[in-house]
Amino acid sequence: MSRLTITDLHVRVEDKEILKGVSLTLKSGEIHALMGPNGNGKSTLLAAIMGHPRYTVTQGDIFLDDVSIKDWSVDQRSKAGLFLGMQTPQEISGVTNADFLKAAINARREQPIALFPFIKAMEAATKKLGMKEDLAHRFLNEGFSGGEKKRNEILQMVLLKPKFALLDEIDSGLDVDALKVVSSAILDVYKEESCGLLIVSHYGRFYDLVTPTHVHVLAEGVIIAEGDKSLADQIDAKGYDLLLKQHGVEIKKEREKAQLLGTCARSKK
Amino acid sequence: MKKENDVLQSQDSYQYGFADEDVSVVRLDKGISEEVVREISRIKEEPKWMLEFRLKAYKAFKEMPMPAFGPDLSSLNFDDYTYYIKPSDKVTNSWSEVPESIKNTFDRLGIPESEKDFLAGVATQYDSEAVYHNMLKEVEDKGVIFLDTDSGLRQYPELFQQYFNTIVPYQDNKFAALNSAVWSGGSFIYVPDGVKLEKPLQSYFRINAQRMGQFERTLIIVGKGADVHYVEGCTAPIYSKDSLHAAVVEILIQEGGRCRYSTVQNWSDNILNLVTKRARVQTKASMEWIDGNVGSLTNMKYPCCVLAGEYARGMCISIAVAARRQVQDAGAKMIHLAPHTSSNIISKSVSRVGGKVNYRGLVYMDQKAVGSRAKVECDTLILDHQSTSDTVPVNSVMAKEATLEHEATVSKISEEELFYLMSRGLSRAQATEMIVMGFIQPFTRELPMEYAVELNQLLKLDMEGSIG
Repeated sequence: MSRLTITDLHVRVEDKEILKGVSLTLKSGEIHALMGPNGNGKSTLLAAIMGHPRYTVTQGDIFLDDVSIKDWSVDQRSKAGLFLGMQTPQEISGVTNADFLKAAINARREQPIALFPFIKAMEAATKKLGMKEDLAHRFLNEGFSGGEKKRNEILQMVLLKPKFALLDEIDSGLDVDALKVVSSAILDVYKEESCGLLIVSHYGRFYDLVTPTHVHVLAEGVIIAEGDKSLADQIDAKGYDLLLKQHGVEIKKEREKAQLLGTCARSKK
Repeated sequence: MKKENDVLQSQDSYQYGFADEDVSVVRLDKGISEEVVREISRIKEEPKWMLEFRLKAYKAFKEMPMPAFGPDLSSLNFDDYTYYIKPSDKVTNSWSEVPESIKNTFDRLGIPESEKDFLAGVATQYDSEAVYHNMLKEVEDKGVIFLDTDSGLRQYPELFQQYFNTIVPYQDNKFAALNSAVWSGGSFIYVPDGVKLEKPLQSYFRINAQRMGQFERTLIIVGKGADVHYVEGCTAPIYSKDSLHAAVVEILIQEGGRCRYSTVQNWSDNILNLVTKRARVQTKASMEWIDGNVGSLTNMKYPCCVLAGEYARGMCISIAVAARRQVQDAGAKMIHLAPHTSSNIISKSVSRVGGKVNYRGLVYMDQKAVGSRAKVECDTLILDHQSTSDTVPVNSVMAKEATLEHEATVSKISEEELFYLMSRGLSRAQATEMIVMGFIQPFTRELPMEYAVELNQLLKLDMEGSIG
């Protein structure tokens, strides 16, 4: 049983404070949904947990099994069992998926994986995600469609078997059938490894497939509401407005944007 | 005579024995003069025309100015160098003098003992002679000539004289003139009409048997419809105490012929490498330069295709990697002289830990080159703040209905890319290395398998420890 604990986390990007004191505990075998309107810090939280250099932790801490990982390098966190499935995976030209995945697998092993078991694992994962066989020889994400990139993220999760997987809008860009394939691959890892999941998604249908045990709503850099799957269902049915009103939260950013656009809108009239 | 003792000892201890019967030591004094040029020709027992040619070239060398472009060569003093050492006496080092860094690289690349001695300039030959002779037997049956250039001149004087100095005339530039005056070694290749060689001809085996020269002169003649792939040198670092290298490569490809010339120069970092490489490509023929520049202190090399016949094609795919004090000034030249010719330049440059890497290229389309196409793509990756790069392309189009595309990018490794790879467990150094290897992949994929593997290995070793 592992535990990922976020305590009073404040995170800054350049001069702007995005997270203003987020606390959250994620245990093995739990599925947490992180919801909230756009631009309110969901991706920031995931990236900060993974140690993205653009995000500076100014207060609070991140613990993995009671050890602070706040100052760990990104690769250390990965090797300790964290995985971030990204919203926009990078394209790395000239590097094949196979070479990359082998290096990633070997990074967490003492002895490098032998060629045959690697090929078998790669083939099995490729099949599970419904991807084409030439995947191993294609360059990492280069020329991939949005859906292929997302599948490739989960393929990496399948092969790297993390303790905690942070999935950032992994369902966007997937059609209904692809969503089923990806969800079932995620659930397989979840069951086999009994890992913990922290999921950012806007869509109820994804939460129907991967059912959260906990739901958090993040707005204006703080968690304003917590609950179970029914909270996600409520948001899916009614949107965020009611919830925001109940908690007295005004989304400043949206208003600033609206003001900026104001002149433009008037002149058009 | 300590040095000679070292030499003798290293030869005695050489497990495959030293087989040269000629033990006379021929080493000219330092510096270059008419006397030196005459002496070189005399020792080689060359025909009179070659002596006269060398003397003409020497005169031109003296009169010609240094290049008005490129890296600073002001510290070059032509009197500091020895211009001829008889091949059997090329052993001028002892193992203890070979820099530690080179020894370590040999060890880590897993290069066999005998080969290490050779590459470090401690031995003059190693056991690849058998491979060389087998290869020779195979191609000789097809009428192919594959010799070192001195033997080429001796054994095929007429053929040699017909083509020598026709692609790169000695007046071309100061270093071509120098090479013409004092050249030794290199490859002489003749592929008769219609002969297509499936396996590459590799100078690796020839030079291992005959020792690489300082002023190599290579002449390749590809007959009509013939096809050859020539692989020069090897990717392992080559240590030489003689620190000025000025080679000339001349290639003629006749109608419908094809030639590919692959090389990865990896001289030790004390070498000035100033090379003129040019191919004349006739009607419907094609030339491909696969040109890697990893080693040497200062490198100036711009492989050239003169597209002289209709529908001739030229290609140059190159990489240049500069670190520390290195200056890589490399690129390609495509000269379109006939209608419907096409050319393609792909250049990948990497500078790091204070290296300087420049792309310098020329695409010229003559008035006659109607309907020709050229594409230039040069990408540079700068890995840190100490390192620099310049791109100096010259594109000149005189022809009507011609197309020239030029794309250039200069980039750093992005934090997002590093983050992505590191989030899967790769260290910063591993991630950087992977991105760099991916960046030069368009070059490495063109190399024969074993060279590509060796090059990757080599660059990886070189990058370890240099990234924070």
